[in-house]
Amino acid sequence: MKRTTVDLWVGVFVTAGLIALFALALKVGNATTVTASNGYSVYAEFDNIGGLKVRAPVKSAGVVVGRVDGIVLDQQKYLAKVTVRLDNRYKFPKDTTAAILTSGLLGEQYIGLEAGGDTANLAPGDRIKLTQSAVVLEKLIGQFLYGKAAEGNGTK
Amino acid sequence: MIGMMDKALRHVGHLVVDGIWKLGTAGRFTGYVLTRSADSLRRPQLTLNEIYFSGTLSLIIIVVSGMFVGLVLGLQGYETLKRYGSADALGTLVALALVRELGPVVSALLFASRAGSAITAKIGIMKATEQLSAMEMMAVDPFARVLSPTFWGGVISMPLLAAIFSAMGIFGGYLIGVVIIGVDSGAFWSQMQANVDLRDDILNGVIKSAVFGVAVTLIALFEGYDAPPTAEGVSYAVTRTVVTSALAVLALDFILTSFMFTGV
Repeated sequence: MKRTTVDLWVGVFVTAGLIALFALALKVGNATTVTASNGYSVYAEFDNIGGLKVRAPVKSAGVVVGRVDGIVLDQQKYLAKVTVRLDNRYKFPKDTTAAILTSGLLGEQYIGLEAGGDTANLAPGDRIKLTQSAVVLEKLIGQFLYGKAAEGNGTK
Repeated sequence: MIGMMDKALRHVGHLVVDGIWKLGTAGRFTGYVLTRSADSLRRPQLTLNEIYFSGTLSLIIIVVSGMFVGLVLGLQGYETLKRYGSADALGTLVALALVRELGPVVSALLFASRAGSAITAKIGIMKATEQLSAMEMMAVDPFARVLSPTFWGGVISMPLLAAIFSAMGIFGGYLIGVVIIGVDSGAFWSQMQANVDLRDDILNGVIKSAVFGVAVTLIALFEGYDAPPTAEGVSYAVTRTVVTSALAVLALDFILTSFMFTGV
């Protein structure tokens, strides 16, 4: 087939476009980090999840090890049931603690995992038993005021 | 008095009926373009020429304006984010603004004024000089030979142009933010990667730009084909192409955004 100059320029244009798309996908997007497809699910129950959202990161020692997969309200216990998808590369002991933490003062909320000492690892579908709920600012202020008031009564 | 009101009402009614009529014709036209597009696959050279015409020749304007939009975003974003002590989020701001909105929309507007107007003028003049009728006389279907390849050329070019626009814009934001102002390079990229999602942001941006490509190219083709076969008619048609596709792009952007970015 005869090659024309137009072909060359179309080739240049399409290559530039595809490179831009791949650059966006790899360099800008999070295609390279943990994907939810290859991993195992565990769940945890919290009294209060605060502002936790689906797809929020799950970190252990600051490293992203998974993502939040789903959040539902358990109708029997009235607790928030959070399903978490962890990367296959990372195994955690059965007595791991899950806490809802905030990155920075105004940052997003994430789940922090702290490994325990159990020799058996979490299996797919297991429950993380030890949890710590999100800090609700109003409750914290309420406790602080109550403490202050009690202190004031004591000194009188 | 009553005569004047009567005339005004008739005028409004005429405009409405005319607009709806035109919309129906445009729908039938779209059907023709789509059903006769088999030839543009069988003879890829036709489509390739059109990609060159509307894509490659738009590269320079897209690259330069993407760069400048990125530079402005970097500068403005930094000035605003600095007040809240979160200049590290500059990468996120630049990338999300470009990938979600500015990339598809601004490149579609540029595409409409750079390539859309040229398509309308080309088709309009081909019709005015009876080249399209001549093709029909020779039993060559102008839809299969001219209009469909142009359509597919525009539809293929548009997402690629939008991606190039976004990539150049992010590079521009990087130049201003990291190289000139001195935001931490690691924070710039890592915050960007943490907050830009492949499916929710980048793929939706690509879908948006493909939809805009379809809309702009169809409007340009139809206005050209529908233009009165005079010099004045073609010039009005080119103006209408730019105005209508700009409005269509902005309206479609609102509709697509409200579908895509809810519940995130």
